[in-house]
Amino acid sequence: MTAASERAPERTTQDEDLPPVPEGHVRLTIDDRIVDAPQGELIIRTCERLGIVVPRFCDHPLLDPAGACRQCLVEVEMNGRPMPKPQASCTMTVADGMVVKTQMTSAVADKAQQGVMELLLINHPLDCPVCDKGGECPLQNQAMSSGRAESRFVEEKRTFAKPLPISDEVLLDRERCVLCQRCTRFSRQIAGDQFIELLERGAHQQIGTEETAFGEGEDFQSYYSGNTIQICPVGALTSASYRFRSRPFDLVSTPGVAEHDSSGASVRRDWRRGAVQRVLAGEDPEVNEEWIDDKTRFAFRYTQAADRITRPLVRGADGALHDASWTEALERAASLLIAARDGLGVSGGPSQTLDDSDATPLTPGEGEEDTEREPKRGVGVLPGGRLTVEDAYAYGKFARLALGTNDVDARARVSSDEELDFLAAHVVGTGPGHVWAPSVTYGALESARTVLCVALEPEEEAPIVLLRLRKAARAGTRVHHLGQWSTPAVVKTGGHLVRAVPGEEPVALDALPDELDAALAAPGAVILVGERAADVPGLYDAVGALANRTGAKVAWVPRRAGERGALDAGLVPGLLPGGGAVADAGARAALASAWGLAGTELPATPGRDLTGILRAAADGELAGLVVGGVELDDLPDPALARAALREADVVVSLEQRHSEVTELADVVLPVAPVIHKSGTFRNWEGRDRRFATTIDPSGGSAGHVGGRAAITLPDCRVLDTLAVEMDVDLFTQTPDVAAAEFTRVAAALTDARSAAHGHLAAARQTPAEERGGEPALRLASWRQLLDGGRLLVDEPELAGTARPPRIRVSPTTATRLGLVEGAMAGLEGPRGALHLPVELADLPDDVVWAPARVPQPDGGVVTLAALGLTHGGPVAVTGGQRDLTIEESPA
Amino acid sequence: MGLFDGVAGFGVTFSTMFRKVVTEDYPRVKKVTAPRYHGRHQLNRHPDGLEKCVGCELCAWACPADAIYVEGGDNTDEERYSPGERYGAIYQINYLRCIGCGLCIEACPTRSLTMTNEYELADDDRQDLIYDKERLLAPLLPGMEQPPHPMRLGEDEQDYYVQGPEMARRRDVHDSTSDEIDISGAAR
Repeated sequence: MTAASERAPERTTQDEDLPPVPEGHVRLTIDDRIVDAPQGELIIRTCERLGIVVPRFCDHPLLDPAGACRQCLVEVEMNGRPMPKPQASCTMTVADGMVVKTQMTSAVADKAQQGVMELLLINHPLDCPVCDKGGECPLQNQAMSSGRAESRFVEEKRTFAKPLPISDEVLLDRERCVLCQRCTRFSRQIAGDQFIELLERGAHQQIGTEETAFGEGEDFQSYYSGNTIQICPVGALTSASYRFRSRPFDLVSTPGVAEHDSSGASVRRDWRRGAVQRVLAGEDPEVNEEWIDDKTRFAFRYTQAADRITRPLVRGADGALHDASWTEALERAASLLIAARDGLGVSGGPSQTLDDSDATPLTPGEGEEDTEREPKRGVGVLPGGRLTVEDAYAYGKFARLALGTNDVDARARVSSDEELDFLAAHVVGTGPGHVWAPSVTYGALESARTVLCVALEPEEEAPIVLLRLRKAARAGTRVHHLGQWSTPAVVKTGGHLVRAVPGEEPVALDALPDELDAALAAPGAVILVGERAADVPGLYDAVGALANRTGAKVAWVPRRAGERGALDAGLVPGLLPGGGAVADAGARAALASAWGLAGTELPATPGRDLTGILRAAADGELAGLVVGGVELDDLPDPALARAALREADVVVSLEQRHSEVTELADVVLPVAPVIHKSGTFRNWEGRDRRFATTIDPSGGSAGHVGGRAAITLPDCRVLDTLAVEMDVDLFTQTPDVAAAEFTRVAAALTDARSAAHGHLAAARQTPAEERGGEPALRLASWRQLLDGGRLLVDEPELAGTARPPRIRVSPTTATRLGLVEGAMAGLEGPRGALHLPVELADLPDDVVWAPARVPQPDGGVVTLAALGLTHGGPVAVTGGQRDLTIEESPA
Repeated sequence: MGLFDGVAGFGVTFSTMFRKVVTEDYPRVKKVTAPRYHGRHQLNRHPDGLEKCVGCELCAWACPADAIYVEGGDNTDEERYSPGERYGAIYQINYLRCIGCGLCIEACPTRSLTMTNEYELADDDRQDLIYDKERLLAPLLPGMEQPPHPMRLGEDEQDYYVQGPEMARRRDVHDSTSDEIDISGAAR
């Protein structure tokens, strides 16, 4: 689109009645063609627009010009005088009256380019057959297009030890490097991770890290390191996980959308023989530009994991799960769910026969099962936060029609009524370009003068947002962070930290410095809120009040890819699919009529939230649970979740891989991972990111996992068929059908949506203030990007670049508590302790920071939630228990 | 109808009776092929037994019939199959598809893949006609050692490529490529 509209008018004749040069443009001649180019444009870009390809290595449109490789030499004439030597077209801007001759028309430029190519190839090894870049290598291609056929260099080539790992993920081959500095410039400019740099001089000049230079120190520990592999124009940086996997001609490239975070980043999945071999960044200037984070890039083997479920499973009389046909599994699931829904009691449900050894009696009701009591009735739905919009919509419709309940909550994390109220007021139904409800976009972040991040650590929780914030900060935007310490994200975006004691963030927001308040009142200012604002009671309200006070635009940035779509699809207790409030009779009627069920009364009882559903199931009120992709360790109270799953009569699990939930499930229905289905992720902007099926699981070896045909279907199809067994039609057989219906329903509920906020605000229950007194030490915490999540399985290289978990305290607090940097300290909560090395940081005094989830060497995880610790809550720290240094620590 | 018309029909028959027969007495007598006949492929070895194949997939790339499947693997100092970084971990040629054009051996950068004069490529099971690496690898000649083993003939792969044949002569072992005609059953 842009290429066509920006195409400058060009003429081949020097006629006198040329139109005047447009404002801000200059007129020059390239290869005898007269062209108007915007002032300040690089010659190489103007050539591109004319369709003239000038060979280049160092030039990249998103990086600052460097002129490092000299491959793009062209002949330039200024004011009628030719410049004495050919000039690098990637660093020289256009000027009025300039005459440029590229290799197409100038023998001098062509010879210069061939000479540069010969120089670049002098020390380049003949590795092409064994090099991973072979077949898609700009050096290979341009050596053919603009190099000499014969080399005159017969001497010994310079050699280095290779391959040299500069991180667990990235391998460096210094012999192949042409010193274009794309990687160092990317790291410095785009990612802000200055871990790699040019070292040495002359023939020994090379790329390296502190570790390669001195033998010890930091290696390439960046969340964005994979991008350097992709932009390396030779095979100098290669991926350890893709090493020798395949060749470009083996691979089928399918565009897709990032599934690990809410960025909606465009990706390209390269696959062969039914398995994804690598993921590359796709190009989308409005979303991720050309970058993705390493989690999106390297975490894809979970679809081939050994614990993938390939067939429906039904728990037999022996208490174990057995393979079943779809028909059998769906019939059984339907009959169990009907019985649970209607409170008929479940006959012969041999569920929960697993040992209850680790079951701790949580509720007084447990253990008195034989006493007469109200029969269990109803089914709660916990779909998890990773669904596509279509699957989320199917879940929402399934809960309302097939199960007759509003007990559905996709938020597998800490959440609150306050959050729902805030989201209904500021987020639901918004999107980029929506006439009535335009949302904040990546572009708006870039053009904003001021951005304030609240309860959001962008690098850990939304890495693509961080890249855009950094780009904005480099262009002059002031990015402020309401947080506890100068995290890498704070440093990378300019270092403006508004320090707040955890738990007291609302107070800090109410009393922001005057100049920040004023800056937020300026047009275009943006407030970004993370999902963990729900950790702190009152924080969402304070953000809402701040937005109303200053007029700044608000955007909500959740962590998981499906959170935003689930919200719009009504997978939260107070909202209906389409965004109307459950409490609003008009909204229910509108929804019923959109569903073609006019006259039918949709369930009106407000739903329970995740904790409410789990508590009801654990207390024996709910008879059944339908659980999607939920990891129990992620929940605010994993013990309660385990109790609920054990206590529920019926558990139906829709899962991709065996999990704690499937262990306790009566029926397990395998669902397709994103690569085996089409769908839409609605990203944090509210932008719909559609993607087609990457690998069609129905044909050939494509659907095989470990030699077994994997018959998995999208959630919407499974739920549709399950509903049919329960005598309800959802009309969500395919993602396309579901998407079309969801669009129709959302349009029908436009009016109801604007009224939803009022209904939610009225129904809101303020939780009792539990905090008594001022705790001696407070905990600050959030999750790190790579922390042993379920989708990171079988990725040892990726896990190797995870940031090591540390306990962080201020130097004063460390002195007071007797903690020594590098030594182990224990973080103690009501339900256990966690030992990590100590690091000093600029935290407020009497505050301790620790990651919310810490992977353990045995493959398990410890979450602070499981220890009974919450952000803003009290914590105890024990120091000096084990005098291990960082190097020796097991973490 | 003339008198001899009935006999004239046998003209070709009678004249052929006195020519040399074209019938071959295969399989009792096997025909010797031309020296560069495009027969079954062979993956050659370096003089110390290491594989020449580097798993580059150029043969698969060149193949017009999509008969070759290769997956590369990473050599380590502990487990080395070829000199250099990379070796062919999986190598399959599907003789149901192979048209014997020889483009693959032209593409091979290390002269690992060559063709023998072996032409007896019939079978009664389709699966058996997918030859894997074990069946394609050249047999171990005297002086060769079954990989994996360290490089015996030099410090790095350059020594193998540049001085390999010379070293082989000094070590008094055969470079298998020079013996390819003798190895085939037909020539024997």
